[in-house]
Amino acid sequence: MQKIKKISLKQIIEGFRKPEIVKAIADVLNDEAEKYSGELHIMEVCGGHTHIIAKYGLSQLMPKNIHFIHGPGCPVCIMPKERVDHAVILAEKEDTILVTLGDMMRVPGSKRSLQESRSHGADVRFVYSPLDTLKIAEENQNKKVIFFAIGFETTTPMTASLIQEVEKNNIKNILFHINHVTVPEPMEAVIQSKDSKIDAFIGPSHVSVIAGAKIYKPIVVTYKKPVVISGFEPVDIMQSTLMILKQFNEKRCKLEIEYSRGVSVEGNLKAQEMIKDCFDIAEKFRWRGIGDIPKSSLKLKEKYDYLNAEKIYDLPYEAIDDHKSCRCGDILMGKALPPECKVFGKACTPERPMGACMVSEEGACAAYYRYGRGLG
Amino acid sequence: MSKILLEHGTGAGKSAKLINDIFIKNLGNNILNQLEDASVFKAPQNMVMSTDSFTVKPIFFKGGDIGKLAIAGTCNDVAVMGAKPLYLSAAFIIEEGFLISDLEKIAISMKEELQKNQALIITGDTKVVPTGTADGIFINTTGVGEIVKPGISASAVKEDDVIIVSGTVGDHGSLIFASREGIDIKSELSSDCASLWPLIRKLVEEDIEIHSMRDATRGGLSAVLNEWAHQSNIGLYVHEEKIPLSDETRGICELLGFEPYHLACEGTFILAVKKEDAEKALEICKKDELGKNASVIGRAINEYNKKVILETGMGTKRVFETPSGLLLPRIC
Repeated sequence: MQKIKKISLKQIIEGFRKPEIVKAIADVLNDEAEKYSGELHIMEVCGGHTHIIAKYGLSQLMPKNIHFIHGPGCPVCIMPKERVDHAVILAEKEDTILVTLGDMMRVPGSKRSLQESRSHGADVRFVYSPLDTLKIAEENQNKKVIFFAIGFETTTPMTASLIQEVEKNNIKNILFHINHVTVPEPMEAVIQSKDSKIDAFIGPSHVSVIAGAKIYKPIVVTYKKPVVISGFEPVDIMQSTLMILKQFNEKRCKLEIEYSRGVSVEGNLKAQEMIKDCFDIAEKFRWRGIGDIPKSSLKLKEKYDYLNAEKIYDLPYEAIDDHKSCRCGDILMGKALPPECKVFGKACTPERPMGACMVSEEGACAAYYRYGRGLG
Repeated sequence: MSKILLEHGTGAGKSAKLINDIFIKNLGNNILNQLEDASVFKAPQNMVMSTDSFTVKPIFFKGGDIGKLAIAGTCNDVAVMGAKPLYLSAAFIIEEGFLISDLEKIAISMKEELQKNQALIITGDTKVVPTGTADGIFINTTGVGEIVKPGISASAVKEDDVIIVSGTVGDHGSLIFASREGIDIKSELSSDCASLWPLIRKLVEEDIEIHSMRDATRGGLSAVLNEWAHQSNIGLYVHEEKIPLSDETRGICELLGFEPYHLACEGTFILAVKKEDAEKALEICKKDELGKNASVIGRAINEYNKKVILETGMGTKRVFETPSGLLLPRIC
């Protein structure tokens, strides 16, 4: 077997951020855009892409007729308040430790965030890997440890792996609250919504590493919207935009993979199997700012009812909406940009977010607030 | 192994022994050794005073410990005001059960750092609290210094001033994060924790016209620059590729999703100097071990009032944002 050479992280990253390469693609993009007479609205579905576009100022390099629309792909942002409340209620129960991913800590529910709960004395911990929950449970045998699971297809296999460990080792003190959502369904909802002007999508690479490129076939086939699956580096996003533009110039409508270094059509079959073993598709999920989207989330299989915190505890499900001056719904549907919302940066800031898009740093409003204010 | 007991904080028997064996032995001097209720010292005319409490976890880290940090941190706050650190107070809150040998290690680090600043601890206090009511050890230090370069202020940045950083940014913050329990990162990174006065003294002696100077502790580089822009009513324009970063810090930030510019430095400072003096200031920094990675990163401009603008390597611009609501551990 060939020996694997050690490479540094810097070597991996640098090529994909090289200014010369980004600028060179921008030149090609601009030439290509001249051949296209209309306006092109491209939705980057994932909040991670929104963040990178804002952070590197990539819109400034784009041809005038190409516009990014920031999609609903931030798992924290789209969590409705009533479900955030679930986390708070569970965290504040006696002899309970609530474990979740770090992004969840600051999200405000109707009364408070998990961070605030913690300052009230609740035991809330964040982990980088869901499997770290096993150690917490082992060290706290006399407490219930509730894993509050969030995320798209990317984080689901890790939760599945934790569930399987709990089952295999007959661990008695870990429960689950599942909030895993899926990417293609909100994309369909966005296309179908009134006044939608989306022409094409940039899909997130990490989702397709797990779920494969195949999940977007209906978007391309049924709705005739090109999808390019893109990595998260500036070079990736520039290249993906170019690939979309070329499809329009060449009158093609295809599902293409820019992130060919990690994504296949089929994806990670083992991970998909684990997901299937643990979860069923839920009838609907209420997306913050958007509303109910059918079949857009996962729920624990019935065989795991004994691990399901939603079945064990009595939790309130009454819908709690954001403030009516908040335009997150329009922003998530691509009908408005953050500065068009009148509370943006005034009553609504990352410290005191009023709506979904300001909550996580991957939210469109948070990205604009952070990187774009005052630049005009 | 001997541990700190509640008795060590009572003021009688055991506590006198602890003070003698640890503090007087390592930190003693003519003033402290008087052991009066308050210490008498002569003050030159224009003084500065600064206080800071240190709660860092872990207490011992690569490149330093809480003791080194408690001296360097406070002396640095004095030094960046253009003042020579002279006298410090040190107050310890120690959790019952803390190892006496660890306390001595901390005292020895403090001694070494005081020597670099040619400063003295002249008054101190020790409290012991029951197990579970503090986390190991907390230290507060207050320092006074004599101003040798007056007028340095966060509100004194002027148009055309050149911004210099003295070294790589974010190393202390990323090291502390990486060495936290639960985050399994192996790295070669060491905290940049260091006393700045020896290098600042050289800049002052060479009569560099320094308008503003800050050590980039909590909030890191971006917090300092944003404060300056705000308080000096001016715009700052920074070139991202000029900001010195260590590969390790860059890697840790990449893995954990942080911006190195938001992370604390404990041995790096930022200067705004008159344009004409910039080259000389950079040269002085670069000749010193502490400033060998110094770099001119930007300038003050008559545009973008109260904002810091970052130009990326791609020529695009963005707001150089301040950190908000990050889940950082206690870093100092």
